Amino acid sequence: MKKLINSPDTVVADALAGVAAAHPSLAVDIENKVITRSGGATAGKVGLVSGGGAGHEPLHGGFVGYGMLDAACPGEVFTSPVPDQMLAATKAVDGGAGVLHVVKNYTGDVLNFQMAAELAEDEGIEVVPVVVNDDVAVQDSLYTAGRRGTGATVFVEKIAGALAERAVPLGEVAATAREVNDRSRSFGIALTSCTVPAAGKPTFELGEHEIELGIGIHGEPGRTRAPLATARDITAAALDAIDADMPLTGDLLVMVNGMGGTPLIELYLVYNEVHKYLAAKGARITRNLVGNYITSLEMQGFSVTVCRLTDSLTDLWDAPVQTPALRWGR
Amino acid sequence: MDAAFFRAWIAESAAVVESQRDHLTQLDAAIGDADHGINLARGFDAVTAALDQAATPTPGSVLKLAGSTLISKVGGASGPLYGMALRQAGKALGDALDVDAGALAGALDAALAGVQKLGAAQEGEKTMVDALAPATSALAVALAEGASPADALSALAAAAEAGAQATISMQALKGRASYLGPRSVGHEDPGAASTALILRALRDVALRQAR
Repeated sequence: MKKLINSPDTVVADALAGVAAAHPSLAVDIENKVITRSGGATAGKVGLVSGGGAGHEPLHGGFVGYGMLDAACPGEVFTSPVPDQMLAATKAVDGGAGVLHVVKNYTGDVLNFQMAAELAEDEGIEVVPVVVNDDVAVQDSLYTAGRRGTGATVFVEKIAGALAERAVPLGEVAATAREVNDRSRSFGIALTSCTVPAAGKPTFELGEHEIELGIGIHGEPGRTRAPLATARDITAAALDAIDADMPLTGDLLVMVNGMGGTPLIELYLVYNEVHKYLAAKGARITRNLVGNYITSLEMQGFSVTVCRLTDSLTDLWDAPVQTPALRWGR
Repeated sequence: MDAAFFRAWIAESAAVVESQRDHLTQLDAAIGDADHGINLARGFDAVTAALDQAATPTPGSVLKLAGSTLISKVGGASGPLYGMALRQAGKALGDALDVDAGALAGALDAALAGVQKLGAAQEGEKTMVDALAPATSALAVALAEGASPADALSALAAAAEAGAQATISMQALKGRASYLGPRSVGHEDPGAASTALILRALRDVALRQAR
C-alpha cells in the first residue's frame, strides 16, 4: 500500500485537521469528527446534516457552507459515523426550525442515523430523515437492502440546502429533497479497486483488462464484470441502465463524477459521450457538473448521475452556494 | 454467573475478535467493504477501556455498558446491531447480581429480538441472525433437556458455528452483501462469523469456570 498518510489509524483526524486549517469558514471538531459552518446555527432556518464514511471527499464535509449543508459528520474510512456524532451535529445546527438528515441508503448509515434521530427527538429537536437511493445498478431492491445512495446525494444537498436558506419549514425542505431523489438516477463503473488504509490491501481484485459495472461508492463489488471497452460503450452501458429505469427526456442536470483516481481529461471525454448519447435521445443537459464530488478513495472510474429538472429545481440549483467544493453566485 | 463472568466473556470476545481481525475483514472484502474485523476490534478495544473505567456491579450493567459503547464507537452496521444486541441482553438481566443459565438464555433471546427489530433480518438472509437464531434455539433445547450450563453453552456455540457455516451457500438478502445478488453465494457472512466467535468465547469462559 502506497498512501500519503502518517499512520492508518489517524487518517481521518489528520485530514480533518487539514480541512480546519484550509477553510476558516468551517468549524471542525476533530475529536468528535463534526464539521459545521463557523457561524453556528442560523435562527429560524432548517438545519441540514449529512454524514457517512470518510473516503468519499469532498462529500460530505466539502459541502458544508452557505446554500448547502450546515454540518457533516465523517465516520472512519468507508464506515458510517456513530449516533453520538450525528446528535452533536444535529444539536449544533438546530436553529429552532428542526433538522433534515440526508442519509445515503447503506445499512450502517441508515441504522446510525435512525438512532441519532431518536436521541435528538428525546432532546426536543424535530428531525426528518431523507434517504437517498438513486443507484440503478441495484436491480431488484425487493431482494436487497434497497438501492444505494450515491451521486444524487450531491444534488439533494445542494437543492434542499438552497431551499433551507429561504427559511421554509422542515416539511417543505424534506419534500423537495425527496423530489430530487425521486427524479435522480446514478450508475457507477470501476476500472480499479481501492485500498482502505486500515485494511492495507485492495478491497477487490480486477484483472488488467476487466472493469466492474454497477459499483457503489465503498469499493464494494458491483453488478457484473466485463472486459474493458471504449469510453463510448462504457458510457452507453451506464446510460442504458439509467434510461431503462427512468426515461431520459426533458431538461437534465448531469454529473459526471470521478471516483478519485480518474484524470479530468477522461471525465471530460466521458462527458462528451454522455452529451452525444442524450442529444441523440432528444434530451437536453441544461446544467452539469464534471469533476470529483463523491469519490471512493483512489479508485479509477466514474459515475454518472442524472436529475430530471423542473423550473423550480433549476432555480434552486442556480441559487448561491459557498462551500469548499461547490461555489457560485455569491 | 456474576458480573465478573460477563466481564470475562467480553474480555475473551475482545481477544478472539482481535486474533481473527484480519480473517473477518477478509470475509467482508469478499462480499462487503472490507472493514468488519477492523471495526469490531476497534469497538471491543473501546468496550475494554470503558469497562476498566466504570463500575459494573451486575451482569446487566456489564452488557449494557458494552452495548452502549459499541453503539457510540463503532459505526457501520455492526456497531448498532451488536450494540443493540448487548444492550437488550443487559436490560433483560435486570439488576440481578447473579444469573442462571435460564436467565442468560432469556437475555440472548432478547438480543436476537433487538437485532431483528433494528435490522429487519429473518433467518436465511445471510446475516448474523443465521448464527444467533439457531444458537439461542439450541441453548433453549439443551436447558430444557436438563443439560449443565457448560454443556448447554457448548450446544449454543456449536449451533452458532454451524449457522455461520450454513451462510456460505446462502444468497444475501440484507446488508451490503445483498447488492451482489447470486455472487454472494459461496462466501461466509462476516457478521455470522463474528457472532459465532463471540458465542464461542461465551462457551470458553463457561468451560473454564466449570473446571
